[in-house]
Amino acid sequence: MMEVVTEIPPFERFYLEQREIVLGFLRRRLGREAAEDAFQETFLRALRGYPRLEHGEHLRAWVLTIAARLVIDSGRRARPVAAELPELPVEDGRPAYAQLEHLADGLPPTERAAVVLRYGYDLAYDDIATALGSTPEAARQAASSGIRRLRASGGIA
Amino acid sequence: MTVSTVSTVSPELDARFREAAASAGLLDVGYDVVESAIGPLFLAATDRGLCRVAFQPEPDEYLDRLARAFGPRVLRSGSSVDNARRQLDEYFAGTRHGFELDTDLRGAAPFAQRVLGELARVPFGETTTYGALAQRVDAPRAARAVGMVMNRNPIAIVLPCHRVVGSNGSLTGYAGGLELKERLLRLEGVLL
Repeated sequence: MMEVVTEIPPFERFYLEQREIVLGFLRRRLGREAAEDAFQETFLRALRGYPRLEHGEHLRAWVLTIAARLVIDSGRRARPVAAELPELPVEDGRPAYAQLEHLADGLPPTERAAVVLRYGYDLAYDDIATALGSTPEAARQAASSGIRRLRASGGIA
Repeated sequence: MTVSTVSTVSPELDARFREAAASAGLLDVGYDVVESAIGPLFLAATDRGLCRVAFQPEPDEYLDRLARAFGPRVLRSGSSVDNARRQLDEYFAGTRHGFELDTDLRGAAPFAQRVLGELARVPFGETTTYGALAQRVDAPRAARAVGMVMNRNPIAIVLPCHRVVGSNGSLTGYAGGLELKERLLRLEGVLL
């Protein structure tokens, strides 16, 4: 099957398309007020990472992962919260992703995010690094140690 | 069918993010559609200077072009073009005769950049011709090509293509319409 590379949209269009779902997610996790600060920080981080995106696919997963990372960070600072990825809408019915998400449930949050974004959404480590607020090398390590953990637990062959 | 279409991002939150993005220097292009004495204008600027002044504000079409020319971080942000908006208001009010604005012509071809550079030197209240402008960029036979550059002038008014007329003095053409060209020239006291 021919893969058509989706062009990266002007940020304005990306922002208008994703802002409601990002704010909704942050409000559910952080409450109304904290969500507003996290909303701004999410899109500022997205702006910082935007020039390094290689294509315009899975942008919703990408920005929600940035938001999820902020939720995790704020949970570390304030109170322990269940650190987990947002319930990502399944895009173009990717069964691989749904399966992977389920498999990756038991992983620590960073590894889980790295595994899902790398192997479920096929994002480059640069993009994953932006989503996680870390470096491409750290993202690669998180993904591979996540995979090792899954193998060890018998989740995947 | 959408059941709930409540817009949850308040105008305040939206404005706060846009301002933060612009002031953090994270934009390739900041733009806005502003009201002016001659109707709505599309204004856009990079960190190097003003890069668009257009009469028919159809941002959707412009955004892709700006993204290709300057980078994908194109965001609506009033503060990015505030200075240009203010100077244009003063120009329309008749209190400003020259613009103190840097311009960014990276999107234009080398020939167009040279022509637009010469165009910028045509003073308030004076006109020149396509042929004269062609001579000033050492391409005396290129009057027609100069006309094309004027037609696609990315920074209307500030780069004063309205001051360029045919060799017989006719107004010839204008991206904003001949009526507007005439109006601008009247404002500058060229036509009485």
